[in-house]
Amino acid sequence: MTNLLLFPILIPFLFAILLLFFKESVLMQRILVMTGLFFSTVSALYLVFVVKEDGIQTVTLGSWPAPFGITMVSDMLSALLVTTTLIITFFVVLYSFYAIDEGREKNFYYPAILFMITGINGAFTTGDIFNMFVFFEVFLMASYVLSVLGGEKKQLRESIKYMLVNVVSSAVFVITVAYLYSIVGTLNMADISVRIQEVNQPGIISVIAILFLIVFGIKGAIFPLYFWLPSSYAAPPIPVLTLFGALLTKVGVYAITRTYTLFFLQDISFTHMWLMGLSLLTVVVGIIGALAYFDVKQIIIYNIIIAVGVILFGVSLMDGTAMEGSIYYLIHDMLIKAALFLLIGILIYVTGTSNLREMGGLMKQYPALGWTYLIAAFGLAGIPPLSGFIGKFLIVKGAFQAGHWIGAIAILLSSLAVLLSVIRIFIYAFWGEPKPTPERSKTRYNRMMIPAVLLVTLTVLYGVGTEALVPYMSDAADVLLDPSAYVNAVLKE
Amino acid sequence: MKTNDVILQTTTKVVFFIIFLFSIHIFFAGHYTPGGGFVGGLLTTGALLLLLLAFDLKTVRKALPFNFLIVVALGLLIALLTSAWPMLFNEPFLTHAFGDYDLPFLGESSLHTATLFDLGVYLVVVGAGMTMIQTIGGDT
Repeated sequence: MTNLLLFPILIPFLFAILLLFFKESVLMQRILVMTGLFFSTVSALYLVFVVKEDGIQTVTLGSWPAPFGITMVSDMLSALLVTTTLIITFFVVLYSFYAIDEGREKNFYYPAILFMITGINGAFTTGDIFNMFVFFEVFLMASYVLSVLGGEKKQLRESIKYMLVNVVSSAVFVITVAYLYSIVGTLNMADISVRIQEVNQPGIISVIAILFLIVFGIKGAIFPLYFWLPSSYAAPPIPVLTLFGALLTKVGVYAITRTYTLFFLQDISFTHMWLMGLSLLTVVVGIIGALAYFDVKQIIIYNIIIAVGVILFGVSLMDGTAMEGSIYYLIHDMLIKAALFLLIGILIYVTGTSNLREMGGLMKQYPALGWTYLIAAFGLAGIPPLSGFIGKFLIVKGAFQAGHWIGAIAILLSSLAVLLSVIRIFIYAFWGEPKPTPERSKTRYNRMMIPAVLLVTLTVLYGVGTEALVPYMSDAADVLLDPSAYVNAVLKE
Repeated sequence: MKTNDVILQTTTKVVFFIIFLFSIHIFFAGHYTPGGGFVGGLLTTGALLLLLLAFDLKTVRKALPFNFLIVVALGLLIALLTSAWPMLFNEPFLTHAFGDYDLPFLGESSLHTATLFDLGVYLVVVGAGMTMIQTIGGDT
């Protein structure tokens, strides 16, 4: 099965095309989108298994030899991210059946999601820097559609901002690739990694490293390039917000991780110090935002920014323990953010508002929602048996080992702030005096709860079953820390 | 006053076919000379656009009763299936086959499955271009 690693990309693509033929039939759309996601999830799980057994999988498209064709590479990190992406999308689509109106469903809502998944999975899997740009555009185009679909006034305003920012950052991406190409003369990522060591041009390579940090920093929302994120994520409906929050910024984080562990290793004291400083500042602005708002959407959105900072801080340490922690935290964060957004969506559905001050006393009426939310909130903050613990623990351990006391303490304090910000939602919305809530259909509430509860269960299992995941995570971290494994797998010499 | 487009419409009826044939030529010439699916598709869209300028949206829709969105989907499907075909033989995705064939009427011709991929690109470009023009130009 030479092409196995392409299945998680091609199956969503195929089903997205098929969906275009059935614009008017909502039932057909739902059946096809679920089948497509089911088959691609199965293939992704099998891919993780194969990568575990046989090591890094590569295929060079069109049977060309390695540095000349486009190589797709699936190491453990990308296989895990692809699987997580598909699982999250599966639950979000299930949730969309009850949370999205028919008008959107009939106007290419599901095809747009599948095209976005094609782009995201492609960006996680590609081994060619320009192909990565193309896949970035694929998922960005689809995300523009999703962010504007429905045409509410707020969505129109925010999608203009979102598109402007991303068009600019894509232009910078192309320029950066052009600089890199003019120096190393290749686009294959493994080949770039080899040539960068050979050309011995530390100055210009460092400039390119910072340019990549700017490009992917805009996509991944690091300080000071996060400014577009809070308002443009708040505009689209909740399932779209869930997909954006759980997946899109993480592609930027993955791209920074990949380039900073594969390409830019010749002047770590310069490039990785920038990455570390900016990621810590990202955590700080995220905390300020998460504590400042009384709007449930904004609180969780700023928590995305905090998480991006924490993960990149772990990456910037370039240390085995911290890298493993970052990968644990990355996957945990994708799952828990998706779960939290889905729960927030239900909260907004039952109260009819996203303002915390107008909520209260929901515990009696909706106990299941309350307790599920509490578990998810504890998981996000990193209370030990739950999923957020091990990642942050390893990052902090790595930071102390490397002697970065300030960073380690900042990460620990950020956990407190995260806990405070999400528990505030719990206290305001579920405790206290009951406030009048609009009449809501109980069955619709129950059906929306199913995917949210399943996702929270999954994060709990992720936290409890950490031991079982250790070999996968250490495999992923090993490839990041030892680029020669990646290079050998691609160039096969 | 009623305007009379008789010159424009008569010229269009002739020129349309010249542009259309040229676009087909560009499409098939892509492997050895400049051209290919993208430019060919754009030229075809240009020819259709000329029809739209000379006549109106309703007439053109009547003459070409396609849903151009389906054309986009068909183009994507053709491109995906030609690229995915080699996967059945356990070859990497996008591997193309080619060879020289002695065809009746056409004589010896070299055929390449990349043309089918190009056909997909052509259909996507025509479909997308026409969808954009019809949506912006029309009421719906």
